[in-house]
Amino acid sequence: MFRLKNGGLINRGKILNFSFNGKKLYGYEGDTLASALLANGNHLVGRSFKYHRPRGIFSAGSEEPSALIQLGSGAHTEPNIRATTVPLFNNLVVTSQNHFGPLEWDLMRINDFLSPFLGAGFYYKTFMWPKSFWEKIYEPIIRQAAGLGKLSSKEDPSCYDKGFLHCDLLIIGSGPSGLQSALCAARSGAKVILADEDFLLGGSLNGEKLQINDVSASDWGAQIIEELKSFENVRLLPKTTVFGAFDHGIFGALEVKDYTGQFENKKPRQVLWRIYTKQSLLCSGATERSLLFGNNDRPGIMLSKSVRQYCNRWGVIPGKNISIYTNNDDGWITARDLKDAGCNIVTVIDERSDINPPIKDINYHLGKKVIDTRGGLRLSSIILNDKSKIKTDCLAVSGGFNPNVHLTCHQRGRPQWVKDYQCFVPGNLPKGMNVIGAANGVFELENIFQEITDKMERILSSLGYKTKTTNKIKFNRKPFNVGAFSNSLPEGNVWVDLQNDVTVKDLKLSVQEGFHSVELLKRYSTLGMATDQGKNSNVLGLSILSILKNKPIEESGTTIYRPPFTPVPIGAFAGRSRGSHFRPFRLTPSHKWAQNQNAVFVEAGNWLRAQWFPLPDEKSWRESVDREVIRTRKSVGICDVTTLGKIDIKGEDSGAFLNFVYANNFGKLPVGKVRYGLMLREDGIAFDDGTTARLSENHFVMTTTTANAVTVFRHLEFCRQCLKSNWDVHLISTTDHWAQFAIAGPKSRALLSEIMDSGVNISNKSFPFMACGEISIFGGIRARLFRISFSGELAYELALPRRYASSFMNAMTELGKKFNLVPYGTEALGVMRIEKGHAAGNELNGQTTANNLGLGKMVSKLNDCIGNTMSERDGFNRKDVLKLVGFTPTNEMHSLVAGSHFISRGKKVALENDEGWMSSVAFSPMLGKSIGLGFIKEGDKRFGERVDAINLLNNEKIEVEITSPHFFDPKGDRLRA
Amino acid sequence: MIIPHPYLGPRDSCEFVYKGDAALLFRPEREDPVDYDTFHNYLYLRNNPAGEHKELWYHEYGDRSWLVITRNTETHEILKVELAVDYLKAQENGN
Amino acid sequence: MKYSALKIFLEGLSGNQGWKKAWREPDPKKEYDIIIIGGGGHGLSTAYYLSNVYNINNIAVLEKGWIGSGNIGRNTTIIRSNYLLPENEPFYEFSLKLWEGLEQDTNYNSMVSQRGVINIFHSDAQRDAAVRRGNAMLLSGADATLLDENALKNLCPYLDFENARFPVKGALMQKRGGTVRHDAVAWGYARGADKKGVDIIQNCEVEDFIIKNGVCSGVVTSKGKIHAKKVASCVAGSSSKVMSKANMRLPIESHVLQAFVSEGLKPILSNVITFGAGHFYVSQSDKGGLVFGGDIDGYNSYAQRGNLPVVEDVCEGGMAIMPMIGRARLLRMWGGIMDMSMDGSPFIDRTHIGGLYFNGGWCYGGFKATPASGYCYAHLLATDTPHPVAKGYTLNRFKLGHLIDEKGVGAQPNLH
Repeated sequence: MFRLKNGGLINRGKILNFSFNGKKLYGYEGDTLASALLANGNHLVGRSFKYHRPRGIFSAGSEEPSALIQLGSGAHTEPNIRATTVPLFNNLVVTSQNHFGPLEWDLMRINDFLSPFLGAGFYYKTFMWPKSFWEKIYEPIIRQAAGLGKLSSKEDPSCYDKGFLHCDLLIIGSGPSGLQSALCAARSGAKVILADEDFLLGGSLNGEKLQINDVSASDWGAQIIEELKSFENVRLLPKTTVFGAFDHGIFGALEVKDYTGQFENKKPRQVLWRIYTKQSLLCSGATERSLLFGNNDRPGIMLSKSVRQYCNRWGVIPGKNISIYTNNDDGWITARDLKDAGCNIVTVIDERSDINPPIKDINYHLGKKVIDTRGGLRLSSIILNDKSKIKTDCLAVSGGFNPNVHLTCHQRGRPQWVKDYQCFVPGNLPKGMNVIGAANGVFELENIFQEITDKMERILSSLGYKTKTTNKIKFNRKPFNVGAFSNSLPEGNVWVDLQNDVTVKDLKLSVQEGFHSVELLKRYSTLGMATDQGKNSNVLGLSILSILKNKPIEESGTTIYRPPFTPVPIGAFAGRSRGSHFRPFRLTPSHKWAQNQNAVFVEAGNWLRAQWFPLPDEKSWRESVDREVIRTRKSVGICDVTTLGKIDIKGEDSGAFLNFVYANNFGKLPVGKVRYGLMLREDGIAFDDGTTARLSENHFVMTTTTANAVTVFRHLEFCRQCLKSNWDVHLISTTDHWAQFAIAGPKSRALLSEIMDSGVNISNKSFPFMACGEISIFGGIRARLFRISFSGELAYELALPRRYASSFMNAMTELGKKFNLVPYGTEALGVMRIEKGHAAGNELNGQTTANNLGLGKMVSKLNDCIGNTMSERDGFNRKDVLKLVGFTPTNEMHSLVAGSHFISRGKKVALENDEGWMSSVAFSPMLGKSIGLGFIKEGDKRFGERVDAINLLNNEKIEVEITSPHFFDPKGDRLRA
Repeated sequence: MIIPHPYLGPRDSCEFVYKGDAALLFRPEREDPVDYDTFHNYLYLRNNPAGEHKELWYHEYGDRSWLVITRNTETHEILKVELAVDYLKAQENGN
Repeated sequence: MKYSALKIFLEGLSGNQGWKKAWREPDPKKEYDIIIIGGGGHGLSTAYYLSNVYNINNIAVLEKGWIGSGNIGRNTTIIRSNYLLPENEPFYEFSLKLWEGLEQDTNYNSMVSQRGVINIFHSDAQRDAAVRRGNAMLLSGADATLLDENALKNLCPYLDFENARFPVKGALMQKRGGTVRHDAVAWGYARGADKKGVDIIQNCEVEDFIIKNGVCSGVVTSKGKIHAKKVASCVAGSSSKVMSKANMRLPIESHVLQAFVSEGLKPILSNVITFGAGHFYVSQSDKGGLVFGGDIDGYNSYAQRGNLPVVEDVCEGGMAIMPMIGRARLLRMWGGIMDMSMDGSPFIDRTHIGGLYFNGGWCYGGFKATPASGYCYAHLLATDTPHPVAKGYTLNRFKLGHLIDEKGVGAQPNLH
């Protein structure tokens, strides 16, 4: 009906069916959704944001502000898709957005009639009374009315991927500038990436009837693309939007692999590329802008060049009786192309009176303006400033061009106004970026090709390549002229931002109220904040601002563009890092073995650790954990502690280095001994703790907590390279190289003796508490043995090369049977350390000092070590300082709650009486009651006192007694046994 | 960002961990009597300039070197990259 | 001019011709009682409370660009008082109470919307920390609710409870927390201060302080010298730049924080969700955009823009916790300059220079503090004593060891 018999870059042999709001329609391969809708005579596709005015297809590109539709259904549905950029595919299902009731009879249309009361910022002045109505009534109504399309609320079923690309030169845009530059670069041998957002490379060439070198523009483009394909140093990326220019020549780009959204989990729907470039070339062309007149927002009013593209590229005529309204030469090209295609041109209205009309055999009005339009869901007529009314169903509007300068602004570059072409061109550019063609405000092909010749030579030589001579290019296009912006305000309801319903009246009101700085104007009126981010509206808005302020446009300023150039799905930015793949897991060396023992696992930082090992008849986790604790304390238990950080320290100054990084003294540690070490941050707060063993005079092995393994190593490297760079110290992390197991319990020595090779005596006398040594086990396997204990039992930690860990655990399971060996997980580990009063992550939380932890005396007063100086500040040594102590409920039936706060008995429950908090709790199977560690003011002096542990979140108050933190075997007899 | 490592060439900044002002290299020694103000100023006060900034980065996912990088905090342009140990040596030699 | 529905109706009938300027645009006088440097949220609210509560009206607010052009114009709009430490919680709760009466107070609808702020936890240790925090909040008179997994599931069924890398175990919720239309806050305060005679002077850059014998008596600006009895700096990310003109070094680094908004969507998210394990927080604005953010980029910067790795990190967090947002599209990303302090907490204090006051170090938590920051700064300026809820925010607290370190990461500003 609206499709031409011939022409266009579509495959008429391939019919594609689709539906719009349930209506079955068809188009051809090569169509966009918009061209197919227009071919079916369908202009009305949506409603505006605020007034719910009818909206039609306005443009033919990604700048589209009006034709936003909901694509697909179910979990695959995707909101706010620009109909102008989606290639038509078979069985495409689309619906219109943002209306209540049918699209044609949107109930929210009432807003349009209320528009005198809903001007810029009206909501800041009302909805304040009564106070409670905002959240209950006003806001829910506003929220329902606002928004555009819908999310499914289901998990995005598609898969996304990420990739990295490297090149000498990234060319953005494949129009005449991009293609010709790419060819030039390709022939020189430079590594080139050419990206274009369209599914068909060629940019504006695909929509023009222009002849270049005696062939059609699109054929000329196709020839270059063919040649580019033959170069190995060229990568063509159609369907790829370069959306952001970041530091040091890094660009973000989104490649759409599949528009249908139906790839499911098999293949990525979209790919996010990070492109690393040496130089970049922006050939992004220009976007046409509209003109301002009354009711300029009706469906049927379109950008002139877009109308021409629909005709030339898709063989679609958007109206039966088309008029053209222009202030520049480009409008006449549309007129000519449409006329040549056999379309009925009603008239051409040119605001300029001093021109020689390029087409004579056509109705035209020179020096005239359109001032108003009529129509309901579709344009029916226009009214000129001489009051004449012209019937027309499509008005192609051209108000000049805005160079697509967006990427030049991403590093805060400010565009500059060029009076001759009435547009902003790129200002200061990001390093390595060059701009050619319409994007640079050069609109004549002749000048563009000259610019390419000049600039490419410079760019390529800076990259170390030599330009080859390029062919001469002939074409048939005249120079470009554009009329100036009007200097009087247009009358009536004149839309500046079609989607957000920002009209000239709104801008006037904003300025009247003092919001005349361009950024304030934007924020108050919402100009340019729609999904096109001002691509259509910003410059028009500035032209109005310049009239209102009576200042030239360049003095009213411009808002800069932020990334992304067009919106990018959040899923694409996330790629495959979602669900259980959000972050990698680190697995312990005994992981497989633990899986075979039916262990329950827990996330501990990046690690996955065995939490407990349930037996088939155990009903609750407590049962399992209690058993693991009791059996360990009775016989022997084994636990994988590989996750502890392990750092090998060598060199002549190792001892001095340890003295420097630990708060307590290490220099005098004898060879073959281990010592507990407390590490402070420079600000005197406890950083980490662990043990360090001296294997030989200049060789130490340090362990850190699991949580701080990475940060401690980083810190030690800082100390080594930055603070003590003259010292002979060498560090290496061996966390991943040594598997380490805690073997704890009264029978641990007996069990160990079974696996030791001859020559090592681990009797209590020759290998006492805090001894260490290098040994061999199982007939020659190298290992390290440390007699240290976190559980409070006679215990060892055994380190062996990681590759033996699995077979080691299997062997131990067998050997352990006669000793009643039990594997224990992190829960039992936690219970035993609380029973012993050892601080762990909940206590070493980055806010506590050595003094708080009861370790103040360990901190060196004489040496210079990290943190001791700042730990001497008054605030750390107040009289009422918090101290780590133990707590037990006075009623043993009560369970303590970690996170409870302490209030003295009888005191008011309020902040001023807050005395501290409970940091860790556990049920102690050995004591048969709940026990806790916590910080309370002067706790070390208050043993035996009773306070309330309150948990206001659950209205709980438990009376507790302050005790020593050493609940079990306080004298430590067991670990020295 | 891309950091041109003196030995390893251009590396993505994701491989690095940032610490802050390179003045942190010049830690005061604890002497008797202890000069708490000097320690305080070292640890807590920063020039925080808008413009050229010498700062410490750690190549955590790389060769574990601490680098002194001269970078413009307004443009992010990197002007110079040195190993911290080399930088300190040069300082000692009065360069 | 009082704003009301009736006024809108009457103006609508007569073509909206009668609306007056929201604030005057005066030239600076020669001298004021107090000069506030910085026409952002905190500066304007300081002026508002000085003039409306402390009855000091001879004030100028000097703004380098246009008012509200700093972080009040580029934040993620969240208000809450879910702090842990006793130096912070009463202050932020005071702020939240001021938010609750803000619109009626200023006669400007800044859309304070108490949608509930939810902080998800993923492990026993994180739950313990949430209980400790929840109790700290309740002890200070704020509200807090602990949600178990089921309660959270009922409220936010779209969270990933099935396949999460960090399992969702529950959340700490502050129902009175929520969001505010951020620009409107600046405009409401500006209008309210202007009405009391405060001079708001835009495009007026402070180039130097006038300091003699250790006393500050005014500033040199792009619009000439302006004298004052007291000069109050309130310039957030530019603090170090401005205070260096008084030869002060601050315990502050300036960092870039990026924030993001999606295209408009029909209502899908009614609360503010914070996913600490993944550096992601999100809410949905009244216009329908998902407003979200995460960590700072992590390097000193005044560029007001960031880089891709953090964008990806934030979106990964978003997809990990609520995989329904995959097809929502990120419309705009931007960056602001954060005045990151050495313990993550702010300063409202006198300086060692007489007549010169300092407010800054808000890190990326300044927006929610806007009312209380202004109120307490006004209190300090008017009475020369700290407001009781802000007495911890001193500049010498590092010397004394009175740290206010919520995160427990020490003198490493990029980790706060």
